[in-house]
Amino acid sequence: MQIERDPVSGYLTTGHEWNGIKELNTPVPRIVWFFIAVTHIWALGYWLLMPAFPLGSTYTKGLLNADDRAAVTESVRQAQAARSGWTDELMSKSYAEIQRDQALMAEVRRSGRALFGDNCVACHGENGQGAPGFPDLRRSSLWGATPEVIAETIRVGINSGHKDSRVSQMPAFGRDQMLQGSQIQEVLAYVLSLSGPAGPRPAEMVEAGKAVFAANCASCHGDDAKGKLDVGAPNLTTGYWRTGGSGASLHGVLWDGLRGQMPSWEGRLSPVDRKILTLYVVDLRERHQ
Amino acid sequence: MIGHLTRSERQLTLYMLLAVVITGLAMLVAGKDDSLGVHGALVMVVGIAAIFGVIAEFFEPEPTENRLDSYYDEPSRIGIVFAMAWAAFGLFVGAWVAWQLAYPSLNFEAGWTSFGRLRPVHTTSVIFGFGGNALIATSFYVMQRTSRARIPDQISPLFIVFGYNLFCLLAVSGYMIGVTQSKEYAEPEWYADIWLVIVWVTYFVVYMRTLLHRKEPHIYVANWYYLAFVLIVAVLHIVNNLAVPVSFSSAKSYTIFAGVQDAMTQWWYGHNAVAFFLTAGFLGMMYYFLPKRAGRPLYSYRMSIISFWGITFFYLWAGSHHLHYTALPQWVQTLGMTFSVMLLVPSWTAAANALLTLNGAWHRVRDDATLRFMMVAAVFYGLTTFEGSFLAIRAVNSLSHYTDWTVGHVHAGALGWVAMITFGSIYAAVPWLWKRENMYSPRLVEVHFWLALAGTIVYVLAMWNSGIIQGLMWRTYASDGTLAYSFLDSLVVMHPYYIARAVGGTLFLIGALVGCYNIWMTVRAPRQPMAGPEADYPEPRVPVGSVPQAAE
Repeated sequence: MQIERDPVSGYLTTGHEWNGIKELNTPVPRIVWFFIAVTHIWALGYWLLMPAFPLGSTYTKGLLNADDRAAVTESVRQAQAARSGWTDELMSKSYAEIQRDQALMAEVRRSGRALFGDNCVACHGENGQGAPGFPDLRRSSLWGATPEVIAETIRVGINSGHKDSRVSQMPAFGRDQMLQGSQIQEVLAYVLSLSGPAGPRPAEMVEAGKAVFAANCASCHGDDAKGKLDVGAPNLTTGYWRTGGSGASLHGVLWDGLRGQMPSWEGRLSPVDRKILTLYVVDLRERHQ
Repeated sequence: MIGHLTRSERQLTLYMLLAVVITGLAMLVAGKDDSLGVHGALVMVVGIAAIFGVIAEFFEPEPTENRLDSYYDEPSRIGIVFAMAWAAFGLFVGAWVAWQLAYPSLNFEAGWTSFGRLRPVHTTSVIFGFGGNALIATSFYVMQRTSRARIPDQISPLFIVFGYNLFCLLAVSGYMIGVTQSKEYAEPEWYADIWLVIVWVTYFVVYMRTLLHRKEPHIYVANWYYLAFVLIVAVLHIVNNLAVPVSFSSAKSYTIFAGVQDAMTQWWYGHNAVAFFLTAGFLGMMYYFLPKRAGRPLYSYRMSIISFWGITFFYLWAGSHHLHYTALPQWVQTLGMTFSVMLLVPSWTAAANALLTLNGAWHRVRDDATLRFMMVAAVFYGLTTFEGSFLAIRAVNSLSHYTDWTVGHVHAGALGWVAMITFGSIYAAVPWLWKRENMYSPRLVEVHFWLALAGTIVYVLAMWNSGIIQGLMWRTYASDGTLAYSFLDSLVVMHPYYIARAVGGTLFLIGALVGCYNIWMTVRAPRQPMAGPEADYPEPRVPVGSVPQAAE
C-alpha cells in the first residue's frame, strides 16, 4: 500500500495495485457532475410534464395531460381533413367523370402509385405486368375490365375468405383422371391453335382436341373458347397466358388445375383507397393499349 | 487438455460425460419424431467424442504436486480458440446474409439458408459464440490475476467452457432445422435454455469462489463489471425464457408471458443483454487489458465508481425504449427514454476514463496495433452510447425505428466496440497465455486493425445513410396528404447501401481470418524459455521492448 504521484498527470494513486495495474485518485471532472445534473433535471421535468410513473391501476398523467392515443387520433383526423377536398370529389363522381378530369386523374396516378406499390406489386409486378401464376393487369380480364368489375374484384378478392368472394376453379383434368394423357395432348394442341399457328402438331390431333374441348371445356370457356365472365374463365384465344404460356406450363394447368387466389381488400383499404386503385388499374390498361 | 487433472479428476470427468451421453440418448428416444431427437443425437455424438478425447489422455502421467501453484489458464486458452473459431464462422454467416440482402437469390432457395434462419445463426455465433467465449476466457484470466488467486476448482472451469459451447452449438444448429422461440437474442428452446442455466450458475459459483480466495484486499474494477455481467445475465436469461414446453418429447415451448407484457419482458432482456453481456463484460475486459497494455495507471478510480453504478442502475430501466409508439403504455416509454438519456453520462465517463488513461502512452497507441484496437474500441463505445441515448428519444425514434439506422447502431457497437476491444485483449493475452515473446506477426495485427476499422466505417456509414433515407421516405407525404413512396421505392434506393454494407462486413471478416491465422501461428511457435524461474503466481510477461513492466 503505497501512494505515489503519477509524473504524467500529476495525480496521486490510490495505493492499490492489481497485477501491476494502479489507479489514480483523480477527482471526477466538473463537467461530469454538470451533465449528471443537466440530464437529471431534464428527466425530472419530463416526468412532471408527461405520463411517467405507475400508480396501481393508473399512472401519473403529467401536467401537459399528453396522451399518445389522443394525439394519433387527432393527427389522423387532420390528415383526413387535409385530403378531404379531392377525396370527397373522387367519391362523389362516377368513374367516367373522374377519367375525364385530368386534375383528379393526376392525383390518382400519384397516390395510386404508392398504394399499388405497397399492396399489389408483390404479386402483380411493379407495372402490373404480372408474374407466372399472377395475371398481367394490363391484359387479363377474367371477370371483365370495366371499373365496376375491377372495383368489385378488389373489394371481395378471388377465392378469398370474403363472403362475396369471386370463386373460380379449373379442375385437375389429368390428376383427377377426367381426361386421359392423350386427350390432354389433343386439347392442348387445339387450344394452342386458337391463338397462333399450331406448329408441329398434326391437324388430326387438333381436330381430336376440338372434340375434347367441346365436351369438357366449353361449359366454362365457351364454345368459341373466348371465356365466360360470370365464372372468371379466361379467353383462350388471345395468346396471353397468365401461367407463362409455354407448352409445359399449360400442360401443368390441364393436369393439376388452377385455383388462383387474391385477397379481399375490403377490410384493409378504405373505400377511397380502393377507388384510387381501381382507377389506377384502369389507367394502367388504357396506357398500355 | 486434461493433462493437468489427477487420475480421480479424469474419472469424474468421464462420469460427467457419460451423464451427457445418457441425457442425449434420453432426448433422442423421447423426441425421435421431433427436432428434439436430432439434438439428442447431437448431444450424444458430442459426449461420445469427448469421452474418446478423455480416454486418449487418460493414462498420461499425472500432474506434479505443484500444479496448483500457478494460475489455471487452460480454460482461458480453450475459450480463446473457441472464440476465434466462432468469430470466423459467425462473421462469415454475417457477410453471407449481408450479400443476401443485396442479392436475395444467394439463399440458393434452400430452407436452412434462408435469411430468417441464417440471421439468428449470425447473431448467436458472434454475440454468444465469439463474444461469450472471449468473456469467459478473459474473465478467468483477469479475475485470477487481479485477485492473485488460482481458480480453486479443477473440473468446473472446463465444464463451463465446453458446456457453454455445447449450448451455442445447440442454438445455432437448431435455427437451421427450424427450432426457435422467436425471441430475438433468446431464440434457443427450453432444453438448451435449461442447460445454459446449469452452466451459467456454475460460472457464477466459480467466479465467487475465486474472489473469496483472493489475496488482494480490494476488488479491481474489471471484476465489478465481470461480476455484474455474470449475475445479471443469469437473471435475464432465466426470466425471459420462462416457458412451458408442449411436451417433454417436443422441442417447442410457449412463453408464459403474453401480449405487451411479453414484449416488455423480451426487451428488458434484449436491452440488458446489450448492457450486461455486450457492455459490462467487455468493460471488464477494457479495464484490465487497456491499462495493462498501455503501462499506465487507470486515470480515475472515482470515475470508475460513477460509471459502474450509473451503468448498472440506469441500463435496467432503459429496455422499453425498444417499444416506443407501440401498445406499451406511454408512461413506460417515458421511463425508458429518460433513463436512457441519464445513462449517457456514466457511459461517457467510462469511455473518457479509458481514453484519459492513455495520456502518457499515446506513442504506444501509434506504434502498437493491439493497444490501438483498444483505443478505437473506447472511441466507438463513446460514439455508440451517445447514439443509443439519442435514438432512445421518442421523437428521434419515430424516424429511426424499424430502419437500417438501428442496424448501423448495433454494428457500431458490435464491430467498433465489442469486437475491437476483444481483438485487442486477445492479441494481448495470447502471448501471455501461451508463454510466447510476442504475437507471430505484429504486422498482421496491423493489417487486421486496418481491415477491421475500414470494414466498420464502411458498414456503419452505409447503414446510417440507408436508415435515415428509409425513415424519411416512409414518412414523406405528398401535398395531397398521401404517402409519396411505396415500400418498394425505398428498397430500390437501399440497394447500393446494401452492397456497401456487405463489402464492409466482408472486410471485417477477412480481418478476423487474418487474426485467426496469426493466433494459430503464435500458438504453434516453439515455447520460449521463461526468463528466470516462474513465480508461484506468475505475472503476465509483457513483450520485451514494447511495453515496460509496471513497477511491482
